[in-house]
Formats: sequence, C-alpha cells, structure tokens
Amino acid sequence: MTSQLFMQQLANGISLGSLYALLAIGYTMVYGILRLINFAHGDIFMMAAYFMTFSIVTFKLPWYIAIIVVIIATVALGVLLEKVAYRPLRDAPRMSIMISAIGASFLFSNLATYLFTGVPRGFPDIKVLTTTVKVGSISLSVATLITPFITLVLLYLVLFITNKTKIGMAMRAVSRDFETAKLMGININRVISTTFIIGSALAAIGAILWGSRYPSIMPLMGVMPGLKCFIAAVLGGIGNTTGAVIGGFILGMSEIMLITFLPSLTGYRDAIAFIILIVVLLVKPTGLLGEKVTDKV
Amino acid sequence: MLKINNLHVNYGGISAVKGIDIHVPEKSIVTLIGANGAGKSTTLRAIAGLVKASAGEILFQDEDILGNDTIDIVAKGITLVPEGRKVFANLTVLENLKIGAYLRNDRIEEDINKVYELFPRLKERAWQFAGTLSGGEQQMLAVGRALMAKPKLIMMDEPSLGLAPLVVNNIFEIIEEINKQGTTILLIEQNANKALKIADYGYVLETGNITFQGKGMELLQDKKIIDAYLGTSKR
Repeated sequence: MTSQLFMQQLANGISLGSLYALLAIGYTMVYGILRLINFAHGDIFMMAAYFMTFSIVTFKLPWYIAIIVVIIATVALGVLLEKVAYRPLRDAPRMSIMISAIGASFLFSNLATYLFTGVPRGFPDIKVLTTTVKVGSISLSVATLITPFITLVLLYLVLFITNKTKIGMAMRAVSRDFETAKLMGININRVISTTFIIGSALAAIGAILWGSRYPSIMPLMGVMPGLKCFIAAVLGGIGNTTGAVIGGFILGMSEIMLITFLPSLTGYRDAIAFIILIVVLLVKPTGLLGEKVTDKV
Repeated sequence: MLKINNLHVNYGGISAVKGIDIHVPEKSIVTLIGANGAGKSTTLRAIAGLVKASAGEILFQDEDILGNDTIDIVAKGITLVPEGRKVFANLTVLENLKIGAYLRNDRIEEDINKVYELFPRLKERAWQFAGTLSGGEQQMLAVGRALMAKPKLIMMDEPSLGLAPLVVNNIFEIIEEINKQGTTILLIEQNANKALKIADYGYVLETGNITFQGKGMELLQDKKIIDAYLGTSKR
C-alpha cells in the first residue's frame, strides 16, 4: 500500500469518525439525563437529510439559509418527539419509554417511506462542501476536510454549555436526581427540551455533512448510522460527551481501516461496530470514560 | 407564616396523613416528631408540592399554595432539605451552592460567603465533588444549598440521620443559628430529645394523626412522650 493511499484513508477515517461523533453526542446526552436510549435519533438524522433536500431542491433556498432552516426544523422535530413520545412516560417504568422510542423510530422511517417513497433521492450538491481540494498529495472533498473541525468546535461548545453555564449545571443536576433538582426550582421539562435541542441540532449538522459525502438518501438511511453511533456512545462510556466523540472516532477509524487493510472483508464493515459493542459489554461495560461513581452513602 | 388545615395525603394507595393541623409562626422553630411511617416526610413533601394532597389547605403567608408547582413554592420562599441530604454528587461543592440559588437573578457571592462562614469546611472543599464529602459535610452542604435560595421557611427532613453524635450536635447548633438570623424552621426529627430542646413548639405525629402538641419544653417533660419517644433512664 502506498503511503498516499494510507493518508487518504486516514483522512476518510477521521472524517467518518467525527460524523459518527456528532450523532453519538445526541445519544449520550439524552441517556445522561433520561437514562433512555433514544432509538429515534437515527431517524431524526434521516429526516434532517430530507429537510435539506426539500429546502434546496423544492424550495430553492440558498444553501446557507437552507442549513439554518434544516437545523431549526430538525430541532423542532426532536423537541416534539420528546414531548409526545417520552414526556408522558416520564414516571413510567424505564422499559415503557424504551419501547416508545423504538416505536417512534419505526414511525419515522415508515412515515418517511410513505411520504417520500422508498426510492433513494439525490442529496443536493452543495458546491461549497463537495468541491475537491488537494491537501499535500491527497485529495479530499471540503466536507471530508472540515467535518473533524466542525465536530471539535461543536464538542467544545457542548462541553462549555454543560460545564460552564447555568442551564448546563441544571442539566447535570437533573441527570443526577429529578426530585431534588425540582426542589432547587429547576424546570425539568425545560432542561430536557434543551438536551433534545442540542442533540437534534448536532444530528442536523451531521446529516448535512453525511449527505455531502454519501449523496443518496432514503427512509432507512438513519438506521445503521443510528445503531453505530449508539455503539460509539457505549464504547466511549454512555453519558459522557467526550467519550461519545472518542467512541465515534474509534468506530469510524476501525471501519475505514478494515476496508483499507483487509479489502476482502469490506462486506463486514457494518459488523465491526457490533463486534466492538460485544467486546465492550463483555470487557468494560461502562465504556472508556464511563461515569465515575463518586458516591458516599 | 405557615398554616396547615386538615391536610390529607394519600401516598401509594395508603392514607399517610389523615387530617392534620400545623401552625408555624414566623421566626420560630417548629418540630414534627414521630416514629418511622408516621407521615412526617409525607407532610413536608406535600408542603413542597412533591406529592399531591387529597384534601385540606396549606396557607403560606395567607396564600393557599396547595396544588402549586414545586418551582412556584420554592419561588415563594419555602425550601426543603431532603431526607438523606441528596446533594448533587456529580457537581462541585460550589456548584451545589450555586444551584441552590437557581431561581435568583441577583448577585449571590455574598450569600456564598455567608454559607462559608457558617460552614468553613465547605469553603476548604469548594472545588471537590460533593460525592466525595463525608456524611456530615454533605448535610452541611444540603443546608447551605437550601440557604442559598434565601428562603423564608426552611423545612428539614431528618438532618441528623446517620451522622456521628458530635456532628449531630453541630448540626443542631447550626439550625439554631440559622433561626436566629431570621429564618423560620420546620424540622422533622427522630432524635426527638434534641429537636424538642431547640424547638419553640412541637407536634407528635402517629400514623398520620397528631396525638400531642405543645411547647418544646412542655413536651420534653410530658410523661407519655418521654415513654414513647425520649426513652427513660429508669430501667
């Protein structure tokens, strides 16, 4: 293998990994607060890709306005999902809300199939993102190149919100103890909505970058990335934002490296995530940066 | 300041509080004593809006707050120091204090310093996670956190539970000190002896009903209460 090909694949791996990271943050944040695996998160991601297509192809919005519209629409969808499917079950056993999440996931993918048909559509070609640039000896699309930087900036932003702001402090308090948080005068619903706002916004940005990379969208496109990013979150230690990003990087990188070094196993590229999941659950169920338990009773 | 009339609360299908009347005058310490399951915690939780009362009224400064949201009740000036401290273990000591002032929009530095004066230990540990504190320190933090809301009425649920005797004395001194600084206190205790000693007025709760009430010192000398709650040295 040439070093050029290796560098090319390394860049691809980092980029795919940071895309996974964007989605994984959404899983990990919702889990941190609600102890819920939001199975519909991948479908929110899928809907964002469709929103982008419609904004640009149907409504002919310029790409920079379309991005804003898509983020807003996706956030609205995510908040609505929480209000309708999860909030009424807040005091129900954990299993009920989990089943509701699975139901919401099926609802979204089937609704999308019904409304948009199962035929794959082309993702709009956003020239700013799809232009190829040469970095040293390798050529990359702008989307591939900027994805890691966008992810790192957004990670920093999310960490800043959770660790340095008042609402972030409330989020951490709510993740610990709903009732005591209420006694502090914290509006639990608002805190949970904020979590869904952040997660959905990141999913929307992820979908736009994803579409520019794999420009074919369909109703089930969210399922596999959704599952993988959930695995990335588990690998990093679910509930931990930085862990989710690291998990995403590892997952993306292992996938691309598998293809690079063992091209005969390309057909197993999706399997590797699940192998990682099994290994993590067997060896270190709390993940790489799993929640520290600093509790004295 | 707080007047509870004919309060009934059902909790998990059981009638836990069966029509009690409690009066907490301004700037006083009132205590509610009684055995496990007598309905003491349920009463405080009903006042804080964490459980719904099925009948009765809860007047705070002549306004009925029964059925209000917990947030509104906290905003009106009632805070609850919950049973078992319930500090946010994943937040630092300082953050725990800040979150106690969540509803306030004014400057809180001065009040943080006041809490540090009351509990110098918390200042030393300001940057530690609350989960690493000892039980007594966590109780101090829970009380300090409640003070940060600048409450008119502080309700404390078993503040001495599970603490070493020396720490218990310290906690009771602090309760008196907070009261002297002008905050009204409604205290639940299993340590009836200590609670009645600092209380202006006491109520004895038995399976959801008030069976005795009176000034703290009177109850301390009441033979029935000594037998049931304070223990006798005769044996």
